[in-house]
Amino acid sequence: MISRTFSSWGSVVRARHAVYSLASRHDAFPRISPGSTVLPYGNGRSYGDSCLNPDGALLRTDALDHFIRFDSDTGVICCEAGVLLADILRLTVPRGWFLPVVPGTAHVTVGGAIANDVHGKNHHRVGSFGNHVRRFELLRSSAERWICSPDEHPEWFAATVGGLGLTGVITWAELQLRPVAGAWMQVETVRFANLDEFCRLCENADSVSEYTVAWIDCLSRGRRLGRGLLQQANHSTHSAPDVPAHDYRIGMPFVPPLSVVNRATLQLFNTLYYHRPRWRTRRHTHFQQFLFPLDRIAHWNRLYGPRGFYQYQCVVPGERAADATASLLQAIARSRQGSFLAVLKRFGAATSPGLLSFPQQGLTLALDFPNSGESLERLFGELDALVAQADGRLYPAKDGRMPGWLFRRGYPQWQEFARYIDPACSSSFWRRVTQEA
Amino acid sequence: MSGTLIIGATSAIAESTARLLAARHERLYLVARNPQRLKAVATDLAVRGAERVGHEVLDLNDLAAHEPMLERADGFLGGIARVLIAHGTLSDQKACERSIELTLRELHTNALSVVALLTPLANRLSSRGTGAIAVISSVAGDRGRASNYVYGSAKALVTAFLSGLRQRLRHHGVAVITIKPGLVDTPMTAAFTKGLLWARRERVAAGIVRAFDRRTPTVYLPAFWRPIMFVIRALPEAVFRRLSF
Ligand SMILES: Cc1cc2nc3c(=O)[nH]c(=O)nc-3n(C[C@H](O)[C@H](O)[C@H](O)COP(=O)(O)OP(=O)(O)OC[C@H]3O[C@@H](n4cnc5c(N)ncnc54)[C@H](O)[C@@H]3O)c2cc1C
Ligand SMILES: NC(=O)c1ccc[n+]([C@@H]2O[C@H](COP(=O)([O-])OP(=O)(O)OC[C@H]3O[C@@H](n4cnc5c(N)ncnc54)[C@H](OP(=O)(O)O)[C@@H]3O)[C@@H](O)[C@H]2O)c1
Repeated sequence: MISRTFSSWGSVVRARHAVYSLASRHDAFPRISPGSTVLPYGNGRSYGDSCLNPDGALLRTDALDHFIRFDSDTGVICCEAGVLLADILRLTVPRGWFLPVVPGTAHVTVGGAIANDVHGKNHHRVGSFGNHVRRFELLRSSAERWICSPDEHPEWFAATVGGLGLTGVITWAELQLRPVAGAWMQVETVRFANLDEFCRLCENADSVSEYTVAWIDCLSRGRRLGRGLLQQANHSTHSAPDVPAHDYRIGMPFVPPLSVVNRATLQLFNTLYYHRPRWRTRRHTHFQQFLFPLDRIAHWNRLYGPRGFYQYQCVVPGERAADATASLLQAIARSRQGSFLAVLKRFGAATSPGLLSFPQQGLTLALDFPNSGESLERLFGELDALVAQADGRLYPAKDGRMPGWLFRRGYPQWQEFARYIDPACSSSFWRRVTQEA
Repeated sequence: MSGTLIIGATSAIAESTARLLAARHERLYLVARNPQRLKAVATDLAVRGAERVGHEVLDLNDLAAHEPMLERADGFLGGIARVLIAHGTLSDQKACERSIELTLRELHTNALSVVALLTPLANRLSSRGTGAIAVISSVAGDRGRASNYVYGSAKALVTAFLSGLRQRLRHHGVAVITIKPGLVDTPMTAAFTKGLLWARRERVAAGIVRAFDRRTPTVYLPAFWRPIMFVIRALPEAVFRRLSF
């Protein structure tokens, strides 16, 4: 049995795992040692421990990287679960089709995108990734294979979309793409002085732009609380042929002994970023630059040093969303521990297809924190309480520490979901958030 | 439009190479022994843009089946312009030390089946006066080592055979290309712990396509293996014998 050290994007957890691989989508589910468990592994772009299974095994899917069908008339694409979103775009953009939903990096697999029901900057228009999955095949440890869609085995579809890899392994999926004229986008950036102004700008931006997202200076306080930049974008309607390669321009070749992200660099960066000249501009931008700005820096996660970092992403629903977000930002500014940029986005009303899907109508705030130990845990405790008070929840894909009670409270359907878990599957995340229940 | 015959098309390195050719809308004929995986690879290459993709299932140790396969490939491609021979097995050295039968089988897969392909291919291509034949040998064939000399000697045979074939075909318009990868992260080497010397298969594939395009006689992939292997070959036997790697 091969074993290897795996870590997730935040690098806080590093652990040895036994490794199984699917060499083909026709392969049988691996026979794991009795008493052990296995978890499907995509490209490890989840931040915390939801893609890890220390003391158990991982099931690699990177050999499932084949396209099966692409119809350039209808924009329906069928591919194996280990295909990266970047590979799909490289194939389909020149032929006039785009993924309806993409997260902030294109280096995630189709299986991973389904299992976390990922969302993008256009959630207010199109919902989450699962809303555009026509069907997929689910392989169970019992050797059964089910085609799941909103109509066929719909209960397994709902459990597996956002199902954190716990219901079995997805071998292939069929997605509906959306038409585009080319690779370019029209992007406009507007500065806002505080959270109220953000909410006002959003009203209009969300109705005229497919993509909207705001960057917030999480160190500013008082009247400037929640100041930042709102970016809004649409796919350009005229085509320009060029699709630059996905090659990284620069990379972080090693892990520095200490986190490069600290109070001094943060203050400087956030101030400079906010006051960057030429902000109120319209630009013609390649989709990679707008949608995947960090993909140009390979291994940027190493900047946080050997102790790694956490991301905190919550969503707070309804009326109280703006107030709750203000309280969260206050707590973060007070603690002076935030990271370069906090991301704020309004989720729309689309119904998420998964039992455990994260998105719900409201405001979602996401930011990175260097792993500084106890003081960070204290801040997280404070934020957790605020999120719970506002009936919000945290995003498992980004989480490596949320207390079990917060998960169970945020995802009241977790017990119904648990019935669909494959007896051979488990994850560090799942054990952590359900253990004391 | 050039047509490429790929032998051992389900090999990770061969498949990566084929993806680059498919993106250039070339015509491909694929041969491999696992029918399901072969079909998946063929379909994928068609989606990725290959002009046409043909495929057939063959265990390459079945030498009698080579000639009819070449005939079909020739027909499908409208004349084989290029060939990549990529199949192989990383022999279990310790097991070979206990079994002559296994040793001979490994030599058959990694050397004799390749030789059996090369002769009729050379004759076909040279009679037309055009084409290129590339074979994936290995740095392991540059000098036999205790840890894998069964595999290494098979690759050494292939390397030597190609060298002679290259001289023979020099005036016949056919390029003979010896590909010598170092350590590549593929299913063949899944059990090894990967370090600095390891290359991604995509990088090796890009090197193979470059060698085809430039008709380079011998390439080490990545190129840093050339000086390393130069030193290893130059070590006096008295010194080399005492090393263990
Ligand atoms: C820079 C960056 C930006 C990001 N931005 C966003 C964003 O904007 N929106 C968003 O929603 N997310 C975002 N993410 C998170 C990321 O999109 C998700 O974590 C995604 O699921 C990672 O996919 P992966 O292929 O790396 O899967 P992994 O992280 O390896 O696995 C994720 C989950 O999917 C399961 N899984 C993987 N493959 C399969 C399969 N074949 N069958 C069944 N289960 C499977 C795993 O078990 C695990 O539970 C971002 C991540 C990064 C690093
Ligand atoms: N990986 C490295 O580090 C490395 C280094 C130097 C040279 N090489 C050489 O590179 C070539 C490609 O290897 P790879 O790394 O891509 O490994 P791989 O993915 O394991 O490919 C080897 C392929 O050879 C096929 N094969 C073996 N015996 C066969 C037979 N009798 N008939 C038909 N097909 C057969 C295998 O088919 P099945 O899958 O059906 O078994 C497999 O598809 C090999 O010649 C190898 O020796 C590799």
